[in-house]
Amino acid sequence: MDAGYITPFVKSIQNVFSTMLQLPVTVLDPAIKQGNSPSHDVSGIIGMSGDVKGSVILSFKLDAAESIVALFCGERMDPDHADFADAIGELVNMVCGGAKAMFTDKKRVSISCPSVIVGKDHGVCLPSDVPCVLIPCSTDCGEFVIEVAIRENAAANKAAEQAAANA
Amino acid sequence: MKVMLIDDSKTMRNIQRSVLRQLGIEQIEEACDGQDALSKVGAFQPDLILVDWNMPNMDGLSFIKAFRKQDKSTPLIMVTTEAEKSRVIEAIKAGVNNYLVKPFTPDMLSQRINETIAKCSA
Repeated sequence: MDAGYITPFVKSIQNVFSTMLQLPVTVLDPAIKQGNSPSHDVSGIIGMSGDVKGSVILSFKLDAAESIVALFCGERMDPDHADFADAIGELVNMVCGGAKAMFTDKKRVSISCPSVIVGKDHGVCLPSDVPCVLIPCSTDCGEFVIEVAIRENAAANKAAEQAAANA
Repeated sequence: MKVMLIDDSKTMRNIQRSVLRQLGIEQIEEACDGQDALSKVGAFQPDLILVDWNMPNMDGLSFIKAFRKQDKSTPLIMVTTEAEKSRVIEAIKAGVNNYLVKPFTPDMLSQRINETIAKCSA
């Protein structure tokens, strides 16, 4: 994966958390994910399609997710509450939206509506042909990771090049 | 003043509702997507609409295009994660009066609402 796709996520996560939650995020060294570890309790997932395709996952341990959702919503809520998943979904939505805007104006990328998994020690399996970069993050509310498994869509890029050549 | 909030995230609608209340606006209607909004907008007759872009069933851009066929003047602010210049231009062409990129602070939303109301009532 092009390292240029990681920096936008780092900047976006810091921007979203500082603007919406007034919560500074310390980003630790990114690493390639091995297998399906680590496991998490709460995950927000968004798909990307267009010139770049793949998935982005924001994953938390339960304590961290509860504290972050409480900060975001202004009230502590049970993880089974529908609004808990809604809040996690909106966070991953803002992180992905902010990141894709930084890729480059020439890339046309769409993001899906978010899905949220709440369940102790779950893992999220991603296609094995796309390398996944883990970005560990630390905050006063606890730690979380953002997993970025995206790649350029060769077919879409080839079509764009062909269209440019024909223009 | 009556304001309609269109966003599939209840969390985001709650945040926007809180900012509107701080501005003294109490008459607020909510919709969870474009279709829901089209079904409510006629009866509610809002003075201002805040609309998200990415939503299930009917997205914000489709809502704006449909709404502008029947109403050319009610101010619309798009509040979205879509930050690319091309998307902003697309939204303005469809008929939005102002644009705010998520994430935002309460002050940023208040400012955008106030400047839109001032601009559209001038």
